[in-house]
Amino acid sequence: MENIQNFQILWFILIVILFLGYSLLDGFDLGIGTLLPFLGKKKEEKDILINSIGPFWDGNEVWLITGGGALFAAFPQAYATAFSGFYLAMLLVLLALIFRAVSLEFRANDKARTGLWEIFFIAGSCLAAILFGVALGNVIYGVPLDNKMEFAGNFFTLLRPVPLLFGITGLAAILLQGASYAVLKTEGELRQRSFQALNILLWVNAATAGIYFIVMAFNFHPLLENPLFYAAVLVTLLGLAEIFFSWKTKNDNALFWKSSLSFAGLWLAAGAAHFPNLIKAINDPNLSITIFNSSTSLYTLKIMSVIALIGMPIVIGYTVFVYRVFKGKAAADHY
Amino acid sequence: MSALLLARIQFAFTVGFHFLFPAMTLGTALVILISESLYLIKKDEFYKKITDFLAKLLGLIFVIGTATGITMEFSFGMNWSEYSRAVGDIFGPILAAEGVIAFFLESVFIGILIFARNKVSPKVYWLAALLVFLGGHLSAFWIVAANSWMQTPAGYQINEVGKIILSNFTQAVFNPSTMIRFCHTVMASWMTCAIMIAGIAGYYVKKGLHGQAARTMLKIGIILFAITPLLQLATGHVHAIEVINMQPEKAAALEGHFVTGKGVPLYVAGFVDEQNEKTYGIYLPKFLSFLYNFDWNSEIKGLKEFPKENWPPVNFVFQAYHIMVGIGILSIAMGLLGAFLLLTKKIYEAKLYLSVLPFLIPLPHIAHETGWISAEAGRQPWIIYGLMKTADGASVVVSASDILGSLIMFLSVYLLLFIMFIMLFLKFVKNGPPS
Repeated sequence: MENIQNFQILWFILIVILFLGYSLLDGFDLGIGTLLPFLGKKKEEKDILINSIGPFWDGNEVWLITGGGALFAAFPQAYATAFSGFYLAMLLVLLALIFRAVSLEFRANDKARTGLWEIFFIAGSCLAAILFGVALGNVIYGVPLDNKMEFAGNFFTLLRPVPLLFGITGLAAILLQGASYAVLKTEGELRQRSFQALNILLWVNAATAGIYFIVMAFNFHPLLENPLFYAAVLVTLLGLAEIFFSWKTKNDNALFWKSSLSFAGLWLAAGAAHFPNLIKAINDPNLSITIFNSSTSLYTLKIMSVIALIGMPIVIGYTVFVYRVFKGKAAADHY
Repeated sequence: MSALLLARIQFAFTVGFHFLFPAMTLGTALVILISESLYLIKKDEFYKKITDFLAKLLGLIFVIGTATGITMEFSFGMNWSEYSRAVGDIFGPILAAEGVIAFFLESVFIGILIFARNKVSPKVYWLAALLVFLGGHLSAFWIVAANSWMQTPAGYQINEVGKIILSNFTQAVFNPSTMIRFCHTVMASWMTCAIMIAGIAGYYVKKGLHGQAARTMLKIGIILFAITPLLQLATGHVHAIEVINMQPEKAAALEGHFVTGKGVPLYVAGFVDEQNEKTYGIYLPKFLSFLYNFDWNSEIKGLKEFPKENWPPVNFVFQAYHIMVGIGILSIAMGLLGAFLLLTKKIYEAKLYLSVLPFLIPLPHIAHETGWISAEAGRQPWIIYGLMKTADGASVVVSASDILGSLIMFLSVYLLLFIMFIMLFLKFVKNGPPS
């Protein structure tokens, strides 16, 4: 089948998978970052939490870089419109990611200002965690576009209720990732506290995900006829329920996977609601940027498919290897 | 100021700042690989100390490189959206390939290098060092390939609606300038790190600190310092010939060469009067022609062959280029002097030479920055040489005030990063290898 549409659909799915991978992996370290002041009461506890993500966060961030690159390579019109249109929001994302990255290194080595870098780390993590959801909410809910595919709104266009709901839902899911990862990586009192956080976040997620699915169902009309949407609701419910019912088991690994499962449901619903749009035009559906009117050529999509389908399994393979090297509980000291 | 000019300043500043860090990463990864290989073979503890010291330094360098590198990927869409729309077919897959094939490798295994010394066997640790080295260099390859495509585009077609379409991926990636520019860039970073290592170790040896580890580090540093500037001279030479052939007006601007002719002189230093189209300064007669193909009378095209609106800012790139070359020549001399002192076994007592070494550390950075300025400003007014003007590549929905705001933000944040980097770098150097 040489049909370009097949490759456009494939790349829609692959980009959703790349961003899902990013949410699950960078999700847990952004989650740890945001939860740091609530989970870590003593300096030593904070060190443990930070060391638990130390070897991983930069590899996790490459999922975003690759997702962005894939969007550029497969659907450059969508990439160009979103990044230039959401200029100030993207600038905030950059600011958040820069500070979250460097503050880890600075905190460890600039002993005179540990507290300051900690604040930068927490703020950067939290801001990034919210902004990704808001950005996604905007492209799914729709923004005004002109007939040259350019964004026709302003910064405040981005702050409407539905995109903000996406931001909060995303934040809640990221915090759940963070809390379940903290349970996995810590011991004793710290683990106890992570459990409490997980318990609270479970109910928070039940609420945010519930509202998210209801808002989705009412705002995106054919969605109630789409079986993928029901599958998405089921996956998220299953993930959350599994966490609830496996409270007493001692398998910390499983909690992380269940949290990831509930997050994957949110993405599945977003993908089902959005397809085949990439950026919906709220002013006129005909102006929407879709996978069919914004993609690169068939040849480019094929080259990209070869690179991704050979490359990504290898990446996942060695990523698993490195995670296994660091398996077990994190310690307070490194280097 | 116009939005276009602000966008250009912002890109130049953010990419110029970013490059300081990858320039150190590649060479540091090389020296880590060397010392870790020696550790594996000879089992001497001081090799391990060198690796551990450099791994800590690499962690600091890498984190700032990553943080400022994300800005670059965002900036194509944020500030150069019309460029991105035009080149998605070619530039996009190259950037995506960089992520999948290279950056993952480097970022995932650097975790082992920095955090897992005691968690893995020496062989696995060595493998991680190798993979970080490979990942970094592959990364450089893809990024330089993307940039080279903007200099010497190949493997594309213009379709019926005037869009640039990829026609041959291999030709686009291995366009006429990719390989030589990749070699030139890698050698620049090896040189940067060679001088950094030699400078740090020189300081230790002179102060009598860290014993055998410092002396070995100095030896590795000096050997690389002697070899890399010479190799850089060779890659620079081949690259210059490539530019004369592929981008003659850029080459002419770099050399301040206006009138096509035979027996063209080579300016060592000088000044270009763009108004009167004349270059003043010290020159070697007929030397540029000689360097071009070892014929004193070979013909080289001058700027006047080309419409003036397609000239780059001539004096600006002339000066940048000559600073780069000057530092290159100085590095060759200093590197060879070091090699001479090493061979005659006088290096550990050569107080004057050792005290000068640390002050050389910024020089290769100035050289690679001015080199990039020559390459990028020298391509102007084109964003893709011969195909698309820079003015047509900028985002249309982003206002000058937006960019002014973001530029001020980047200036202040990067200044903070720079101060922190220098502070922690000096602290790491002061602490030295673990005792």
